[in-house]
Amino acid sequence: MGVFDIMGPIMIGPSSSHTAGAAKLGRIASLLFNRKIEAAEIFFHGSFAETYRGHGTDRAVTGGILGFKPDDERIKDSRQLARERGINIAYQTIKLKEVHPNTLLIKLSGKGQSLTMLGSSIGGGNIIVNLIDDYQVNISGKLPTIWVLHQDQPGEIGVITSVLGSYSLNIAFMQVFRKKRGTVGSSIIELDHLPGHAVLRRLEDIKNILQVRYIPPL
Amino acid sequence: MDYATIKELIELAEKEGLPISEVVLRVEIGETEQSREEIWQAMLENLGVMRESVATGRAGQIKSPSGLVGGDALKLRVNNTLIPGNFYREVIINALAVAEVNAGMGKIVAGPTAGSSGIIPAVVLALGEHLQLSDAQLTAGLFTAAGLGNVVAKRATLAGAAGGCQAECGVASAMAAGASVELCGGNPNMVGQAFALALKNLLGLACDPVAGLVEVPCVKRNGFAASHALTAAQMALAGIESIIPPDEVIEAMHQIGCLMPASLKETALAGLAVTPTGLAIKERLNQ
Ligand code: SF4
Repeated sequence: MGVFDIMGPIMIGPSSSHTAGAAKLGRIASLLFNRKIEAAEIFFHGSFAETYRGHGTDRAVTGGILGFKPDDERIKDSRQLARERGINIAYQTIKLKEVHPNTLLIKLSGKGQSLTMLGSSIGGGNIIVNLIDDYQVNISGKLPTIWVLHQDQPGEIGVITSVLGSYSLNIAFMQVFRKKRGTVGSSIIELDHLPGHAVLRRLEDIKNILQVRYIPPL
Repeated sequence: MDYATIKELIELAEKEGLPISEVVLRVEIGETEQSREEIWQAMLENLGVMRESVATGRAGQIKSPSGLVGGDALKLRVNNTLIPGNFYREVIINALAVAEVNAGMGKIVAGPTAGSSGIIPAVVLALGEHLQLSDAQLTAGLFTAAGLGNVVAKRATLAGAAGGCQAECGVASAMAAGASVELCGGNPNMVGQAFALALKNLLGLACDPVAGLVEVPCVKRNGFAASHALTAAQMALAGIESIIPPDEVIEAMHQIGCLMPASLKETALAGLAVTPTGLAIKERLNQ
C-alpha cells in the first residue's frame, strides 16, 4: 500500500467499487473492442443489480465505454453523451452463477462485429476481467496489458515473447488460453513497462497473429 | 526506513527529529523509487481536487441521482441562527460540501474511501484558512493523514464492507485529527494521541446505509466525524493522552469489525437500512 492508495484515488463519486471500478470495466471493454461502437448492452449482477441507478453505476460504465477515466467529470452526463454520439445503450439486470457480487456483463457491437466481456469490481476501485468472448482471462488493468489472439500452434508464444524482448519489454505475467487444441489461442501479457506503438504494430504484422489489443494501466 | 505501526512512525519521527509527514514522505520515496518532486506533486494535486470539491459543494447546486441528498452544506452556510463557533461550523460545512459532491457524482479524493471523503479535506482546508497555512504545509498534513491511514490498512481494514463504518468515517476522523495536530504545531506523539482518541470514540460504528447507497447516513456523518476530529485534536494538543495506545486501538477496531455481523457491514440488511423509512426509500428507488 502506498500513500496514494490511502489519500486517493481522485475519482468521481459516490463509491470506488460502484463508480470508479465500473468506469474502469467499461473503458477496458471499449479498448478491447477497439471499433466504433454502435450499440451496447450492459447487464448488472448482484449488488450492482440492486443499486446501479442510485450509485450511478450505469453512468460510470457508460462513461467508461465512451473512453472516460474514473476521474472524468463527464461521467455524470455520460448517458446523454452516449445518445449524442449515436450509441444505443440498454441497461438490464442479470443473475449470474458463481461470480463476485459486483459483476458486469458488457456486450458491445458495431460494424458487424461484437465483443462480450465479463468483469467484477472487487473493492477500492480495483477490478478484474474474467472473460472476453469465450476466452478465460485474468486482467487487473494495473499493468500495461496486451491481449493477443493467435493461431494455436507450436512456437507461436515464443514468437510473441521474442518480439517483446527485442523491444526490451519485460513480461510480468502471461496467461494463455484456448478453447480447443489447434484453434485460436488467446494470450494476455502484462508488462512492466509501457509498450510503444511500434511494438504493437510489429505484433499485428506477424503472420499467425489475428488480433492485438492494448490496455494502458488505469 | 519503514513503519508498520503508529508507534514505529512516532519513534522514527522522534529519532530523526522530523515531523510525521516528512517520515511518511521519505518512506514513500524509498518504496516507490519515485522522486520526491513527483510524490509531492501528486499530493499537491490531491489538495487541489479537495479544494475544488469543497468549493463546488459549498455553492450547493447538488442533488444525488436518488434525490436523497444535496443542499445541506448551503443550508448551514446561509443560516445565521446557529450555535456560536465559526471555525467548527466552517469545518462541518466543508465536510457536508465534499460528501454531497461525492454523492452527486462529482470529483473527489477518496480518503481513505469515497464515502468518508469529506472529513480530511474539511478539517485540513478550514485549518489552512483559519491559520493562514501555505499549500506546502497543508500538503504535508495530507502526508501525515495518509501515513496514519496506511498503518490501519496494513493492520486492519479501511473498507466498510469488512470493518463497518468505524473503518471508513472512524479512521478518516482519526487521520484528520492527527493531521490537525501537526498543522497546529503539535509533536509526533500528540499526532498519535489525537489519532487514538478520535478512533477510540468511533469504535463499533455500523455501516448500514439506506438502500445500499453512500448517502444516508454517510453524508451527514462526514460532518460529525470532522467535528469529532477537532475534539480529538484539541485534547491531544492540550497534552491529554489516550490510555489505550494508538496501535491497540487499531487492534480493537479490527476485532470489533470481525465480530460485527455482515448485516451491519455495507449489506444494508440491518440498522438504519431496515427502518420503516429506510425500507420505504428503498422501495421508492426501486420503482
Ligand atoms: S455508512 Fe457505510 S457506506 Fe456510509 S460512509 Fe460509513 S462505511 Fe461508507
